[in-house]
Amino acid sequence: MTWKQVFTSTIGQKLVMGLTGLFLISFLVVHVGLNACIWADDGGKMFNQGAHFMGSMVVIRIMEIGLFIGFFIHIIQGYALTAYNNSRRGTAYRVNKGYGSKWYSRSMGLLGTLLLLFLIMHIWHFWVPSRITQDLPEASYNPEHHDLFSRMILVFQDPIVVVLYVLGCISLAYHLAHGFKAAFRTFGVHNSRYYSTIKAVGYAFSVIVPLAFAMMPVSMYLGWVK
Amino acid sequence: MEHYNMNLTVEVWRQKNKDDKGGFKSYKVKDISSEMSFLEMFDVLNEQLVHNGEEPIAFDHDCREGICGACSMYINGKPHGPWAATTTCQLHMRAFKDGDTIVVEPWRAKAFPVIKDLVTDRSAFDRIIAAGGYVSVNTGNAVDGNSLPIEKEKADSAFAAAACIGCGACVAICKNSSANLFIGAKVSHLALLPQGEPERRTRVINMIEQADKEGFGACTVTGACEAVCPKEISIANIARLNKEYMNASFSSDK
Ligand code: SF4
Ligand code: FES
Repeated sequence: MTWKQVFTSTIGQKLVMGLTGLFLISFLVVHVGLNACIWADDGGKMFNQGAHFMGSMVVIRIMEIGLFIGFFIHIIQGYALTAYNNSRRGTAYRVNKGYGSKWYSRSMGLLGTLLLLFLIMHIWHFWVPSRITQDLPEASYNPEHHDLFSRMILVFQDPIVVVLYVLGCISLAYHLAHGFKAAFRTFGVHNSRYYSTIKAVGYAFSVIVPLAFAMMPVSMYLGWVK
Repeated sequence: MEHYNMNLTVEVWRQKNKDDKGGFKSYKVKDISSEMSFLEMFDVLNEQLVHNGEEPIAFDHDCREGICGACSMYINGKPHGPWAATTTCQLHMRAFKDGDTIVVEPWRAKAFPVIKDLVTDRSAFDRIIAAGGYVSVNTGNAVDGNSLPIEKEKADSAFAAAACIGCGACVAICKNSSANLFIGAKVSHLALLPQGEPERRTRVINMIEQADKEGFGACTVTGACEAVCPKEISIANIARLNKEYMNASFSSDK
């Protein structure tokens, strides 16, 4: 069996989804942790320093390429799988109530698409100005650093943007609620003792992380963070 | 349980042959006893059709005692109808009440093409089994049961997996038309037992390869299969299938 055969079989393609999915989950942990610095109540200094480190450290810039590749594979493979799976039925059922499964488990393609739209907006808002166009103000404490924090405050003054970000976080929550535990099923966790722990961690993760993300635009809009 | 009679409307998928487009037809049946089985209700309906000079509805059935897996009707949006852990033949009319409309469709999957009315061609499952769902052992005198020790837990899990009757309800309900609950049951059954050991690796690879050829979708673990399986095959068997597949494919020599 060649590697190509392994990763292009139906199970192999799911392995690709699970592996890239878990990789992206690990990125979420870093991202949410760093962003939580906005609540340090220091006018964004700690946050800007963290952002500067992430943007200037060469190892992290290399890892960033890996991150983009991870996203790319997850998205392309996800669409390919969804299209293939959707084509497997043929004639549709007349009565289709989605018995026995959760709506979000059946809607990973849709939730993923919402997340992709969110991602494009999000990259446009922050990644492009800080990495490509460099049009960010200087940080007050050090002119070498960008003031990404004030850009965040600015972006999140628009209530529509705040609502879109919250909707993005809700899509993320449901996407994770299925994806986290399902990835481990794909990796072969059949032992019910391990699996019940994984499931609990997965649900907790899919509530806590998106909630923390959603609170960022909300607390900036409401002026809790200045 | 109290006995009652009911009048029903049954909307059934009618399709002359595999090339026919097909469509739903509505039939009325009267005085159906709550103690009849679902298939007996169909027998009554077919008698009625024959009596009126119409073509009876073709449907699969064999044992009518819940063990062969032949019966396959998608009843009101659920394979095998509203009861849990029940095959269509074991579903009884007391699950319905007077005046109900029941929609009956065949299994829908490209890998299970409709041959006629409610009958689908499920030979794809046979080909998956032929690809690896067996053990090659010389038959001879039955050996002493205790000569091959197997832990009780493993024996129980293998036995539970072996309960799969190959009905295809898991494929029918799955949004991806994946066959992995069926394959998971067959692979687990043998992977848990020492008799399955010699062919352990080739079995899982060949069965998945065959399923992919047949055109079943990729499992996204929605859990619908487990919820409708008449034999309550656990979805943990799919995880075990995935593990067996990884072990076999990652360690393959070529
Ligand atoms: S796993 Fe269950 S639903 Fe699927 S074929 Fe076997 S008995 Fe039928
Ligand atoms: S007819 Fe055999 S299981 Fe229903």
